[in-house]
Amino acid sequence: MALSFAKRIATAIPSIIGVVVVTFLLARALPGDAAAYYAGSSATPESIAQIRNALGLDRSLWFQFGDYTSRLLHGDLGTSLSSGQPVFQDLVTRLPVSIELTLCALVFAMLIGLPLGIAAATRPGKAIDHLCRIIVSVGAAFPTFFVALGLVYVFYFRLGIAPEPLGRLNDTYFSIPPTVTGLYLIDTLLAGDIQAFWASLSQLMLPSISLGLFALAPIARIARASMLASLSSDFCRTARAMGLSRARIVYGYGLRNAMLPVVNILGMVFSFLLGANVLVEQVFAWPGIGAYAVNAVITSDYAAVQGFVLMMAILYILLNLVVDLAAAAIDPRVRYDG
Amino acid sequence: MAKSKSAIARMQAYRSQTSLLIAATLSLGLLHSSAHAETPKDVLIEVAEHGPNSLDAMAPAANEFSQMTSWQIYDRLITHGTKTLPDGKVMYDATKIEPELAKSWEVQDGGKTLIFHLREDATFHDGSPVTADDVKWSFDRAVSVGGFPTVQMAAGSLTDPKQFSVVDAHTFKITLPVADKLTLPDLAVPVPYVVNKKLALQHATTDDPWALKWTSLNDAGGGPFKVGSWKSGDRIVFDRFDNWKSGPTPALKRVVLREITSPGTRRALLEKGDVDVSVGLPPKDYAELAAAGKVNVIGTLMQNEQFNVDLNVTMKPFDDKRVRQAIAYALPYDSIMKQALYERGRPLFGADPTTPFPPKWPVASKYNTDLDKAKALLKDAGYADGFKSDLYIDMSQTTVQEPMALLIQEQLKKIGISIEIHKVPGSEWFAKMGSKSMPMDINYFYGWLDYPEYFYFWTYDGKNNSVFNTANYSNPELDKLIEQARFESDPTAYDAIITKMNTIAMDDVPRVPVAHLYSDIAMQKNVKGYVYWFHTHLDLRSISKE
Repeated sequence: MALSFAKRIATAIPSIIGVVVVTFLLARALPGDAAAYYAGSSATPESIAQIRNALGLDRSLWFQFGDYTSRLLHGDLGTSLSSGQPVFQDLVTRLPVSIELTLCALVFAMLIGLPLGIAAATRPGKAIDHLCRIIVSVGAAFPTFFVALGLVYVFYFRLGIAPEPLGRLNDTYFSIPPTVTGLYLIDTLLAGDIQAFWASLSQLMLPSISLGLFALAPIARIARASMLASLSSDFCRTARAMGLSRARIVYGYGLRNAMLPVVNILGMVFSFLLGANVLVEQVFAWPGIGAYAVNAVITSDYAAVQGFVLMMAILYILLNLVVDLAAAAIDPRVRYDG
Repeated sequence: MAKSKSAIARMQAYRSQTSLLIAATLSLGLLHSSAHAETPKDVLIEVAEHGPNSLDAMAPAANEFSQMTSWQIYDRLITHGTKTLPDGKVMYDATKIEPELAKSWEVQDGGKTLIFHLREDATFHDGSPVTADDVKWSFDRAVSVGGFPTVQMAAGSLTDPKQFSVVDAHTFKITLPVADKLTLPDLAVPVPYVVNKKLALQHATTDDPWALKWTSLNDAGGGPFKVGSWKSGDRIVFDRFDNWKSGPTPALKRVVLREITSPGTRRALLEKGDVDVSVGLPPKDYAELAAAGKVNVIGTLMQNEQFNVDLNVTMKPFDDKRVRQAIAYALPYDSIMKQALYERGRPLFGADPTTPFPPKWPVASKYNTDLDKAKALLKDAGYADGFKSDLYIDMSQTTVQEPMALLIQEQLKKIGISIEIHKVPGSEWFAKMGSKSMPMDINYFYGWLDYPEYFYFWTYDGKNNSVFNTANYSNPELDKLIEQARFESDPTAYDAIITKMNTIAMDDVPRVPVAHLYSDIAMQKNVKGYVYWFHTHLDLRSISKE
C-alpha cells in the first residue's frame, strides 16, 4: 500500500514539471503587455521600459524560465502585481476561502442530489424520477452567476432574510476568528464564538446554494444511473429472489455498489466547482481564488497566473489520490498493485 | 434600518420550514445576525470594484486606488480650498491653495524660489516629528523613482533632487529653472507627499534605496488616517490618526473600503442601506438611482475631461481631414447620450458655428449629426462608396463603450462605412494605446491640473506624443502654442492662444468630442461633506454622517 502510494506520487512528478513549463509559456502567450499595463496612466516609453526591466521582462525567455524555476524550488512564487503581495501568501490565504465555499456547495449538492438520484432509481418512470429529471435539467441549464444574482435579489434585496453579500463575515458586527484552518466554520467554533459561527454559516448559504445547484446535476444523474445499474445486477436479482427486504436490497447491496462511480464523480465535481466558483465569488464579494485568478488573467499578472495554475494542478493530483483511496476503501477490487 | 421589519417574517419562515434542513440553518444563522444595529455614525463603509495594490502610490505598479490610499494616509505640503457650484455641489477650488503640512509659504525670485514653513507640531503615525529632512527625502524620491510619479513631478518643472534643499528643521526650499505656474498646484496632487524618512530607511536595501517594497505594504505616513488593516483584494480599513495637526480633525473614526467586483451587488448593498457609499457603478445604475431618489447621487462634471472617438491621423483613410470631419458629422450623438451614457454627462457637440471657441477646455465642437454633410465630405475625399475600418474599445469599459460602439457601427453603415468592433482586454489596452495601431477607438482623458494646455500636452502634442495621443496627432503649429500657453502670464494673450488651440483641434478633429462626463458617486442621505477632487476619489477628511 505504501509502495503503491509512493508510485502514484512518482507518476505525478512529470505532470507537475509539465504544468510548470506549460503555465510559464501560456502566461507569456497572454495578450497584452504587463509593463505597459502597470505603467498605467501618463506612461511614457521610458517608464514602460523601466517597469519591463524591473519585472525582468526584457531578458530572454530562457533566462526568465530559469529564474522562475529556481525561485520555485525555494518556494517563491513571485510577487503579484495586482495585489502587491507575494503570490504564495495570496494563495495560502485565499485557497481555504474557496475550499470552504466549495465544500459547502458540495455538501448541499450531495444532500439534495444523492437522495434524489437514489429515489429516482428505485422508482424509475414514476413522479419522483420526472422531478429528478426536471431539477437536474434546470440546475445544469442556469449559469451560476445568474442563479447567484437571482438569489441575492430575492433573499437579500426583496425578502431581506439573507445577510448582505459582503463576503464571509461582516466584521462590523462580528470578530474575525483567529486563523487556524482558514475555514471560518471551524475557526469560529475553535474560538468558541457561536454567534460568529452562525453568522458565517448564514453568509455561506446563498453562495453555496448557487454553486451547489451547478453540482447537483452530475451527482444526481450519476447516482441514479449507477443505482439503476446496481439494482438490475445479478446480485440484486438474487437477493430479491432470496426474499430479502427491499430496504436491505436497496441500501445494503444496491447503494454500496453504486457508491463507487459516485465517489469518482465527486472528485471531479469538486475540482470542477473550485474552477466554477469564479462568478459566484464575484457576486458575493467572496475573497477566494476564483476572483483572484480571473483578475490575474485580465491584468497579465504572470506570477499570479502561474502560481494559481500550479496550485490547481497539484490540488487536482492530490484529489485524484484521495478519490482513488476512497474508491479502494469502498470496493476491495480496486487495487493499485495490479 | 429595514432589518427589524423582516424579523417577524423570518421567524415565520423559520417555524414553517423546520422540516427543511437548509431553510432551518439559514434562518437560524439569520436570527443571530439580525441583532445588528445601523452602522455607527463615525464609521463609513464604502464599496468599490477594486482597491489599492500598494499603500504607496510611488511603487512601480501602483494602481489608482493606491493614489486614493496615499491621499488619505499621507500629508502634502499644501492642499486646495473648496467652492460651491451654482447647483449646490461642492468641488475643490484649483485657484485656492491652502496649508496642509506647510503652515505658510513664500514665493521669491519672480516665482523661481519657493520656501515652505512646516508645522512644528506635526508628527508621523509612529509619533516621530515631521521635519524638512523628511520633505526633502520624499521629493528626491518622487523625482528619482521613475515611471508615473517622476513624469507627474516634471509637469511642475520638478525634475532634479538638487532643486530641493533643507533650510532648517522646519523650512524647506524649492528652486526652479524657470517660474512655472503649474509648480504649486502640482504639489497638491497625490505624488509629492511626505514620507517618514527614518522609518522607511530602516527598510531600504541596496536594490531598493527608496524602500518602496516596504512602504507598499506598510504605512509610513503622517496624514489624517492610518491603515488599520489591509487585505489586498478584499478590504482596507482606515483608522483616524487622532494626533493629526495639518487640518481639522476628521469626523470619521474608521472607514472600511470593501472590494466588490459585481456592480449589481454594490448597488443592492447601497439600496438596502448596508453600505454608505458606492463608487464606480455603470452610468445606467447612477441614472436609475438618481431617478429613484432613495440615495444621493452626486455627479460633478469632471474637470479638464473629454470623452471622444479618436481617429488615427497616420492611418488611411483618416489621414484625410475631410474623412475625419465626415465622421464628426456622422456620429449618432443623441442616441449615444441617451442609450450609452444615460445622460450622465454634458454634450460636447453642436456648438453655434458662428461664434469663436471660448478660451477653456473642454469645449463643444461645432459638429452635429448631419449625414448629408458627411456624405458630401466623403465624396470630396474620394470615398463616395465608403470604406472599411476597425473600432477598438477598452473591455473594462464595455458597459458604456459597447453600446456606443454598436450605435456608431449602425450609423456609419448608412454612409457606406463598415466598422468592425474589437474589444481589447484591460491589460492590452495601454499597450494598444502606446503602439498607436488603432484606426478608431473610444477613449477619454482627464487632467489632474486644470489647464487646457495640460490636457493638450498629454493628448494632442506631437512632440510629447504620450500614450494618450491615440490619434497619433502631430501639428508643429499646435505644439508651439501648447508650449507658449504654459509660460504665458498675460491673461489676454493666454486666452487668445487657447482659443487658437481649440480652433485647430476642432477643425482637424483627430479626436471627435462626444461628451463631458460626470464623476458620479452614490451615497446614503446621511452622508455629508462630499467634495469632488481632481483625482475623482473620496477625500475622507471632509466626510461625516448625520
